[in-house]
Amino acid sequence: MAHILLRHRDIPDIHQLDVYRQHGGFEAWQKAVISMTPEQVTEVVKASGLRGRGGAAFPTGVKWAFMDNRNWPHYVVANADESEPGTFKDREIMEKNPFQFLEGVAIASYAVQAHTAYIYLRGEYWHIAEWLDQKIAEMEAAGLLGDRLFGSDYSLRIYTHLGAGAYICGEETALLESLEGKRGQPRIRPPFPPSFGLYGKPTVVNNVETLTNVPPILTYGAEWYRSLGTADSAGVKVFSLSGRVKKPGNYELPFGKTFRDLIYGGGGGILDDRPIKAIMPAGASSSLIVADEKALDTPLDYASVRALGSDLGSGSVIVIDDTVSIEWVIRKTVHFFKHESCGKCTPCREGNYWMLRILDRLERRPKKEDVQLLYNVARQMQGKCLCALGEFAIMAVMTGIERFPQDFVDSSQT
Amino acid sequence: MSLAETYPQEVQRILAKYPPEHKRSAVMPLLYLAQRRDGYITKAAMQEIAEFLEMDGTEVASIVGFYTLYHDKQEGKYRMQVCNDLPCALRGADTFLEGLCENLGIRLGETTPDGLVTLEAVMCIGACDRAPVFQIQSPERITYYENMTIERTLELIEALKKAQGETT
Ligand SMILES: Cc1cc2nc3c(=O)[nH]c(=O)nc-3n(C[C@H](O)[C@H](O)[C@H](O)COP(=O)(O)O)c2cc1C
Ligand code: SF4
Ligand code: FES
Repeated sequence: MAHILLRHRDIPDIHQLDVYRQHGGFEAWQKAVISMTPEQVTEVVKASGLRGRGGAAFPTGVKWAFMDNRNWPHYVVANADESEPGTFKDREIMEKNPFQFLEGVAIASYAVQAHTAYIYLRGEYWHIAEWLDQKIAEMEAAGLLGDRLFGSDYSLRIYTHLGAGAYICGEETALLESLEGKRGQPRIRPPFPPSFGLYGKPTVVNNVETLTNVPPILTYGAEWYRSLGTADSAGVKVFSLSGRVKKPGNYELPFGKTFRDLIYGGGGGILDDRPIKAIMPAGASSSLIVADEKALDTPLDYASVRALGSDLGSGSVIVIDDTVSIEWVIRKTVHFFKHESCGKCTPCREGNYWMLRILDRLERRPKKEDVQLLYNVARQMQGKCLCALGEFAIMAVMTGIERFPQDFVDSSQT
Repeated sequence: MSLAETYPQEVQRILAKYPPEHKRSAVMPLLYLAQRRDGYITKAAMQEIAEFLEMDGTEVASIVGFYTLYHDKQEGKYRMQVCNDLPCALRGADTFLEGLCENLGIRLGETTPDGLVTLEAVMCIGACDRAPVFQIQSPERITYYENMTIERTLELIEALKKAQGETT
């Protein structure tokens, strides 16, 4: 099947404006502005079943419809912070198929009648910001962005904004704080961005991949999009596959293919043909899945992965084989979350600090009581943190200890 | 010279992005400019940006402290930031990093004796399928190096040294 998002894999020069246009590029954008009302655009996206690809899987059209029409101006912010360990899909989309992403930003902006959109990129994506600036300038020169587009009275400008190294700025309210020129610390929600967002104005925040789905949805229709994927999870998803596989990389699949299809199909199986042991489907924020036959045959869609006791999240599948200790894995994830905790609330700041200290102690001297202590610290963080980072931090710890107890202090050592 | 004098076009372009009544949004891009000008973010630059954007000096300083890509100290001209986060570590990043330390004769966080390269370990940089990976942050930009080996990394450092010798 031809790619819908990673179209550069079929059309290598699609990053060139004329090539993109030869292949139908910006037809959806023009159609929206000239012949559709903003509400109609939102309705199509709602009907398509598109859900957010940034992790939370919230229905995109529903989010757009939440925008408060009593408070203006409106803003659209594309979340290109992509910092979840194991995630590198938005980067490929922006590097290789930039216009489809920008067209998605434009259509979303029209749908909520925003005249300014920002793309918030992680600071490390410096080269991509420069690249997108160039692509935006090409669109302006071609009359695809700017004032009174296509002879209508709708105007739109898109700007890039670089972060500077902080995972928490991927959380939408921390991102907005950062864009406002503050430290990137989450706001208490509600209110949610569609009622109180950038500069206190209604704002749609959407992930890069989410927005890149929008142009084809408008071109081919909601029904077409729903015909891909499963009832619960419409359409296609780009999975970032990493870890102990032969062929790591991004794979675009319709929802409903299995872990086996991804890992042993595209991914080419496990390095050195070792047995697979565990799967983290949502980067470092995952609940660990025991990679037995049942798990491998589980469809990659939101409901099925949840039924396995995990979450599909951003679809960043980290594969772990039998050479790897789960205790080592969670030392890595806790190290990450301790480093990235923004420090605003105590359970997350202190909890991550203690978890890392206990894990370091376990590495030096394994003790059963310390495993129990680690578990208890994690459990005490549960449900007490201001933002989801605190919850993410304990996923691998708790499920690691619950599902792979043999990896924490074997009985001969106690 | 002030940022507006040194980089008039960039400063204009940055300010044009944000509503005039929310110009403090320009603090992050201006900090990058200051880092480019001075090699790191000096106290004077923080004060300059604070005044320019009508912010408090301590607020600007706390922003510099919050984000890892801003530096308020002079270190090596190039920061070699090797990713050893989970996905990369599953593909040998820790071994790569150890080898690098050994070959350079420095530990993590240290700078080569010539003051050229500071070696750092960083969290995921979005290149997990191309481990071992690092980025080099210089005052001007960030560049990715992917699918690296120790040999090619040492060659790269040699090339940086040479280029440095030619400019000074
Ligand atoms: C700690 C944390 C980090 C996040 N990082 C990202 C990120 O890097 N990219 C992203 O798109 N969403 C990220 N999110 C999710 C965003 O808060 C938000 O849900 C998303 O951008 C909404 O867009 P979507 O509906 O299109 O997914 C993160 C959330 C949390 C709690
Ligand atoms: S849970 Fe952690 S990251 Fe989130 S606000 Fe609290 S301290 Fe910050
Ligand atoms: S873990 Fe190293 S780049 Fe992602």
